[in-house]
Amino acid sequence: MLEAYLPVLVHFLVVLALGLIILGLSAWVGVKRPSPEKLAPYECGMPPVGDARERFSISFYLVGMLFILFDVEVAFLFPWAVVYKSLKWPGFLEMFLYIAILLAGYLYIWKKGALDWSR
Amino acid sequence: MITVQASDFIRILPQEILSAFAILVMVFEPFLPSSRKVVLGWFSLLGVVAAGAAAVRTSYSLGPAFNASIAADPFSIYFIALFLLVAALCLLGSFNYLQRDNINHGEFYALILMGTVGMCFMAASTELIMIFLGLEISSLSTYVLAGFKRHDGLSNEASLKYFLLGSFATAFFLYGIAFVYGLTGTTNLMTLSERLSRTGTGGTPLLWVAIVLMFIGLGFKVSTAPFHVWTPDVYQGAPAPVTAFLSVGPKAAAFAVILRIFLGAFHAVGSVSFQMLWLSAILTMVVGNLAALWQSNVKRLLAYSAIAHAGYVLVGIAAGSAEGVSAVLFYLTVYALMNVGAFILIAPIAGTGERALRVEDYTGLGYTRPGVAACLTVFMLSLGGIPTTAGFLGKFYLFRAAIHAHLIGLVIVAVLTSVVSVYYYLRLVVVMYMREGQPQATSEPLPLALRVALATSVIGIFVLGLFPLLLKKKGEAEASPRHTKLAQVR
Amino acid sequence: MVPVSHVLALSVILFGLGAAGFIVRRNIITIFMCIELMLNAVNLAFIAFSRYLGDPDGQIFVFFVIVVAAAEAAMGLAIIIAVQRNRQTLSIDDLDSMKL
Repeated sequence: MLEAYLPVLVHFLVVLALGLIILGLSAWVGVKRPSPEKLAPYECGMPPVGDARERFSISFYLVGMLFILFDVEVAFLFPWAVVYKSLKWPGFLEMFLYIAILLAGYLYIWKKGALDWSR
Repeated sequence: MITVQASDFIRILPQEILSAFAILVMVFEPFLPSSRKVVLGWFSLLGVVAAGAAAVRTSYSLGPAFNASIAADPFSIYFIALFLLVAALCLLGSFNYLQRDNINHGEFYALILMGTVGMCFMAASTELIMIFLGLEISSLSTYVLAGFKRHDGLSNEASLKYFLLGSFATAFFLYGIAFVYGLTGTTNLMTLSERLSRTGTGGTPLLWVAIVLMFIGLGFKVSTAPFHVWTPDVYQGAPAPVTAFLSVGPKAAAFAVILRIFLGAFHAVGSVSFQMLWLSAILTMVVGNLAALWQSNVKRLLAYSAIAHAGYVLVGIAAGSAEGVSAVLFYLTVYALMNVGAFILIAPIAGTGERALRVEDYTGLGYTRPGVAACLTVFMLSLGGIPTTAGFLGKFYLFRAAIHAHLIGLVIVAVLTSVVSVYYYLRLVVVMYMREGQPQATSEPLPLALRVALATSVIGIFVLGLFPLLLKKKGEAEASPRHTKLAQVR
Repeated sequence: MVPVSHVLALSVILFGLGAAGFIVRRNIITIFMCIELMLNAVNLAFIAFSRYLGDPDGQIFVFFVIVVAAAEAAMGLAIIIAVQRNRQTLSIDDLDSMKL
């Protein structure tokens, strides 16, 4: 039973060794000339501005929550799509209703201004 | 092969109509100016009435629906009617409250309707996953309702506590479902009951674990001890009309689920359920009634009283007989009338921002506001179980069923704790009538909608107290076909 | 082939960790994450049983649980934000304004 996992163990050891060798070699062979630019945290080539723990606008949370909801609701489309043909018209109508309900929710958050980014 | 028929949709007609109205309320909400939001309230009330008519229509075409995951049977129709009554009373009691406390948003009405939809599905489902969905629909709506006063710290806190402990409990319930599914290969209650009785009585330890997990989850919802810790805080912090809704609706729905699962599907392993129910009933009655004695806040007092009443209902369920079930059904209706009545009456007495909530604030209310005090007295007497009120008969039927099932110890505890409870209910009445002083409570006249709701509750309490057979006969009819085999549980 | 008992053991451990964390931890967000952990333990159990029974129903249940968990997450975060705005705290110990 456990023997079946031997290749995994070997793989793990090889990867670990490789990582150690590369890091060790570059530390041993490499030349170190530190400068302020090199020591700064990497941020896509731009100079970092402000603190990383800055407060986000509340709209981020709102949009995030709405995204979770609509994203996950759509997950039901996948199993539906698999059996769509055998469900025929009733299946289509039920999914139509489902999307219509989601649409009502969308209309609600739109009119409430939750999608208004500049607010 | 799954097929969908037109009859399936007729069998969930009340739920469909409620959902449609809830969605319409949500869509109309942003278009109405805040002075006109009450229109949505009346619209929701119309929805509840329409759903009531739909329930009558459904009762003419009973049967299983959607691949036997939902049953339209007398049991579910009874509960749906009860939930619609509760929703209507809470809506009537909330119109003025929302305007007064400046939380006049149309979402309130939509959430009440959606909570009712969830509860209807809980009572009507015969499939564990559908029950779970119903539970979640009603829970999510009520979590938000509890925190509907967004700028009030207490309301926030109530909402958060209700949400955290509620989801914690739901996880337990769901884990129980997962185990039942794994052990029996089905989540359908009929199939489950067949398979369990075929494999013999007793069940395996793992099945007992599953049963206990499910009971923990439902125990939280009906707030039985030791899972009641959230109840006082949530009931105190939530807006009063919402407390009225949550102290009755989700509770009755969870009791419907308990009846279906523990007396229906699991009757082959009844001894485990019985011991659990027995222990929980005793703990709940003792803890609820004793803790209520020390409360100075009226909402907290009623919260502990609500816990105690869950204990009385568990006595009827522990009896396990058809008589016990019919007594439970009767009691839940009575409890709904008196508890909703008491909570929606507290709101106008407490005044804007619900400030006057201490028992002392009610001093002399019997002289300054005789009508209000009389109504509250009726609710208190009924909650205390004084004869001629429905509360007395409800308890009487529950305890009689328990005696017939030879649960003498349980009945003794129940009667003793009921006697204790009379003390704290009457304390409020005494303060209102027999103490001199100027009440802190406000003196604004009651709005018409609230008067209608209160009159319905008071009249209902007396009618059921004097002519119980009007409803009791129905309760028996509802209980008998489904639960006759439950008499042999033990 | 991993036997079903192993997966179930993992699921029980996850559920236990979630339940223990719910009781022990003091930060509201962490408590909330513990609930999510418990729900995922349930999902794992459903999947394991579904495979063990050779019955696809269990996987469908997982779909429902995921969707409900997402709705719960959205609602929970909204409630937590409301609490944070009014109380300026995220510690459960500070939310005790209703003790008698």
